[in-house]
Amino acid sequence: MKELSLHILDIAKNSTAAGASLVEITVEASHPDNCLTITIRDDGKGMSSEFLARVKDPFTTSRTTRKVGMGIPLFELSAMSSGGGLDITSASGEGTTVTAYFALDHIDRQPLGDVASTLTVLIQGSPAVDFLYRHTVDNAAFELDTRQVRQILQGVAIDGPDVIKWLYDYITEGINNLGGNLI
Amino acid sequence: MKSLAELEAIRNKTLGSINLRNDREEGTRIVVGMATCGIAAGARPVLSALVDEVAKRDLKDIIVSQTGCIGMCRLEPIIEVYVPGKEKVTYVRMSPEKAVRVISEHIVNNRPVKEFTVSEADK
Ligand SMILES: Nc1ncnc2c1ncn2[C@@H]1O[C@H](COP(=O)(O)OP(=O)(O)OP(=O)(O)O)[C@@H](O)[C@H]1O
Ligand SMILES: [Mg+2]
Repeated sequence: MKELSLHILDIAKNSTAAGASLVEITVEASHPDNCLTITIRDDGKGMSSEFLARVKDPFTTSRTTRKVGMGIPLFELSAMSSGGGLDITSASGEGTTVTAYFALDHIDRQPLGDVASTLTVLIQGSPAVDFLYRHTVDNAAFELDTRQVRQILQGVAIDGPDVIKWLYDYITEGINNLGGNLI
Repeated sequence: MKSLAELEAIRNKTLGSINLRNDREEGTRIVVGMATCGIAAGARPVLSALVDEVAKRDLKDIIVSQTGCIGMCRLEPIIEVYVPGKEKVTYVRMSPEKAVRVISEHIVNNRPVKEFTVSEADK
């Protein structure tokens, strides 16, 4: 993957595949701590502790089209090769939280990339699921909550072309205002 | 500055226009493989290009949707086109530019882009 935002898309797709109704994605950059933390939390079906124990192994998957699952191992590799790591907590029937952390200034850390594209693609692909996106850079914050967007839309489809375009521009601008595009 | 007022304007415009969209089940579907293999190979910009082009041309009865792994990882990004009454066409190694050609040649002008199909890739 060329960008961390592509990992976010891929990991959040696991959440929608697990039947989540709310997916919370958080990106936190702290220069004083030299740390970038990305969290994807869902209220989907979760994993048993037995399954969770081997989910970082590529030979663990519930998919049927191939025998390996690459999403989580690749994200972990990306975090580990930039001085960080990856944690997963999950409980059957409750949901899953994937947290990846990175050394902000590590030379091998991938750039965050186009998060607005990731979020609009997620919304377009799962219009019935709600997404809460929080992005902080030191003390500045941006937030997008599709539940709030739906309130304004009053029944108009969130995945219509005009709404998707507006969301893309709104998120891009919100992130740029934080300097989040430079992370 | 993007504002929530603009979103309200989009809502009002959409509510005001008559919905000409055909029954969702009957239209043409374009499906993009969006598992890890697809995403790593560039499926995200392909999906965005398809959504943009459908919006730009105001194609009402075309549905762009996402699926998981189509099962040919080395040929990703892959898209499948389902035209009612016709056989499915699978396009492989897509790019945003190729995806736009699929819309203009296959979807609009009814001529599948043979050179991008999976049967050509196997040759
Ligand atoms: N958020 C989640 N909720 C429930 N189960 C999950 C979640 N994330 C991952 N899993 C389980 O872990 C398995 C491995 O996930 P991983 O993303 O590594 O690979 P995959 O999704 O199977 O395939 P790929 O990501 O390569 O397309 C999944 O098949 C699924 O069973
Ligand atoms: Mg996955």
